[in-house]
Amino acid sequence: MKGLKLNTILTLVLVTVLTIAVGIPGAAFAGFPEKPITYTIPFNPGGESDITARLQEPELEKYLGVAVNVTHKPGGGGAVAWSDFQRTAKPDGYSVVGCNIPHIIGQPMIRKEAGYKTDGFKVVMWFHFTPNALVVSKDSEFKTLDDFIKFAKKKPFVGTVGGSGTYSANHLETLRLMKKAGVDLTYVPYTGTGPVIPALMGGHIKAAMSYSPVSVNYKDKFRTLAVASEERVPAMPDVPTFKELGYDIVGGAFRGVAVPLGTPQDVVDKLAQAYTEANKKISKKQLDLGFVMKYATGDDAVALVDTMRKAYGDVLSDIKKKK
Amino acid sequence: MLLETFLMLLDPVIILSIFAGVSAGLFVGAMPGLTATMALAVLLPFTFTLPPLHGLVALGAVYMGAIYGGSFAAILVNTPGTPSSIATAFEGYPMSKKGRALEALSIATVASAVGGIAGSLFLLLLSPPLAKLSLRFGPAEYFWVAVLGLTLIASLSEGSAMKGMLGGALGMVIGTMGVAPIGGETRFTFGLPVLQGGVAMIVALIGLFVLPELFNMAAKGRTALSAVEVNSRAKSSFWQATKTVFSMPGNLIRSCIIGEIVAIIPGAGGNVANLVAYNEAKRASKHPEKYGTGVEEGLVATESSNNVTVAGSMVPLLTLGIPGAPPDAVILGVMMLHGLRPGIELFTTSGQLTYGFIISMGLAAIAMVPVGLLGGRLIYKVIFRTPVYFLVPTIAMATMLGTYAVRNSHTDVIIMLILGTAGYLFKQIGIAPAPIVLGLILGNIAEMGFVQTMLSGQASQYPFLKLFENSLSHILIAMILFSAAWPYLSALKRRFKQRSKTAMEDTHE
Repeated sequence: MKGLKLNTILTLVLVTVLTIAVGIPGAAFAGFPEKPITYTIPFNPGGESDITARLQEPELEKYLGVAVNVTHKPGGGGAVAWSDFQRTAKPDGYSVVGCNIPHIIGQPMIRKEAGYKTDGFKVVMWFHFTPNALVVSKDSEFKTLDDFIKFAKKKPFVGTVGGSGTYSANHLETLRLMKKAGVDLTYVPYTGTGPVIPALMGGHIKAAMSYSPVSVNYKDKFRTLAVASEERVPAMPDVPTFKELGYDIVGGAFRGVAVPLGTPQDVVDKLAQAYTEANKKISKKQLDLGFVMKYATGDDAVALVDTMRKAYGDVLSDIKKKK
Repeated sequence: MLLETFLMLLDPVIILSIFAGVSAGLFVGAMPGLTATMALAVLLPFTFTLPPLHGLVALGAVYMGAIYGGSFAAILVNTPGTPSSIATAFEGYPMSKKGRALEALSIATVASAVGGIAGSLFLLLLSPPLAKLSLRFGPAEYFWVAVLGLTLIASLSEGSAMKGMLGGALGMVIGTMGVAPIGGETRFTFGLPVLQGGVAMIVALIGLFVLPELFNMAAKGRTALSAVEVNSRAKSSFWQATKTVFSMPGNLIRSCIIGEIVAIIPGAGGNVANLVAYNEAKRASKHPEKYGTGVEEGLVATESSNNVTVAGSMVPLLTLGIPGAPPDAVILGVMMLHGLRPGIELFTTSGQLTYGFIISMGLAAIAMVPVGLLGGRLIYKVIFRTPVYFLVPTIAMATMLGTYAVRNSHTDVIIMLILGTAGYLFKQIGIAPAPIVLGLILGNIAEMGFVQTMLSGQASQYPFLKLFENSLSHILIAMILFSAAWPYLSALKRRFKQRSKTAMEDTHE
């Protein structure tokens, strides 16, 4: 009984001290960061988000002077981590979560119980972009995008296009291409970019809508017909963009980090600076892998979400109507 | 070139990282809930500071050790440490009960080492043709592979096939929870956002296998190990175990080939290989009725086949850049970080590195023998000497921590506890955990294959005909029919034999 009381008192004292510490934002946050930061990746280890985080980790630690712990919380295409983050993370800058467009746009729109809102994050920065790329096997009959579109016009639904997931960037881009070109393709979803590759190599699909790193990494085996970026991707200067070919399609996956809403602005700024510096340091490695670097912070970051929401809005609402 | 590469590996730092990697992997594998994928993910940051070869060697060794370490928990406590040793428990644990635990551990060690070396040889010598074969598996083939796997349920269900199928169906239903793999709908989430993640296979495995065993131990107040070790010295020695393992060359070769074929199918790894190899060993055996009572053949089959998959699943990874099993995705990540692109280049321009990595996995398999024989005796002694009232809560605690670590999720712990309690009740009415887990693993593969096939056949009038298009599908369908008919065939054969025997006796009269 006595021990219990002592414990209670100790807890009370601790809580009071903590409350005071947190209660003086100016003083407390002047020194941000003071303790390790948890950087949650909502996907499995080994993927693009994970690899990027591992590259950033040492650079972030150098800049911020505290440990940055990368942890994984996979499930539901990211939704498990994001719903948990919006529900429980404290707005103090010590909890950072990896975020992806269009995942955070599409999931809350399509699923009844995604458990989080697109605008429920304070985005710190979008640090890179992997544009969608339409890829075929090297020995395919399709030499150009035009060949593929002509084929699809002649034989509706025979052109099978594999991609990662449903309502993903790959899926939505295929739908947009169908709409813009006025053709009918058959989209075949796989559980990630990994399994799409053997499917294309083995001839189980005619083409794949995948991301630019796939084009770069498998350039001996695949031919990229077009890439959905504003300008040509540095790592593959010979590949035309959809825009050049007359289809106004720009899209893909953007990766970035977010903190909870209500995180003090100076903390967000400090994190944004850290991620910017880290991004500069690792850009050489990432450019070679087929990534397009981005430096969207503050209002630019919010604007990017809105742009992409508009870009995919049409196809998403079409899907919603059908449901 | 190979000799040069081999000499390069004789660097003391590399030898040390192999031994350290195998030991670490062994520990991780032996803990229910800690998986090879997790161990690799934790180690990943350390490999950044190392040269590429050292990093890959260490990761390969951990992977090898973890798959082998799973057998320890399976043999000693009847709880597979990783999904790759589910069937190891079927024979290993009954052996322990009879006081042959050390013998079982030694046999598992030698069988695992043989499997590991075989896998490295497959990778070293047969990569190109195997990679070609792996590409022939499309959605339709995946569907048939999963159906073939489901026919295993009949032999895994110990007695009533009906109850086995019930378990399998239950597993498939549990597998549908969460976001649909194809289509993206959320299913059975009951309005809880966190259930979008579904039930992870490893979480179900821990719940269904470990908890019922813990309840059993607590109820009886003792472990099955309490039996006195029979003849431990003579039978558990390395030489004796080696003799036992090599006394069944047919079984060994068959299990290694099964392991390799399963390994090159992306998405399936040791978790499927050990069950298939066990099933085939039982089918080929002269005395299948003895299975489940501690037959060495079954143990050799599972432990050799699952360690083949370690190096075996690197065939599609190194040649095509396709991870054959989840831990391989982490290794692919490491290679990409060091700017190593999978493909022919890997074997030519950076050949020394690649061959070094492959050979190091063979060395890791050899290193398992001393590490395993020592470690096995140590763990056996610890479990044997610890009173059950310490052992049960300790394992329970480790299990819960392990479950949490799978996806850093409290929900997973709750799901594990619910499934474990249900699993205990199921066991009482004769539904074994193995068919449930098998249904969970294969249900998803079957669904994906089926839906993808139907989607890609959208242009034709009868999309389902796509399921019967390829020659590989035909082979798989034939295997399914054979596998499903086997119990009847063997019953017929027995009757026929009996009749001819009586006929013979008749003529003698």
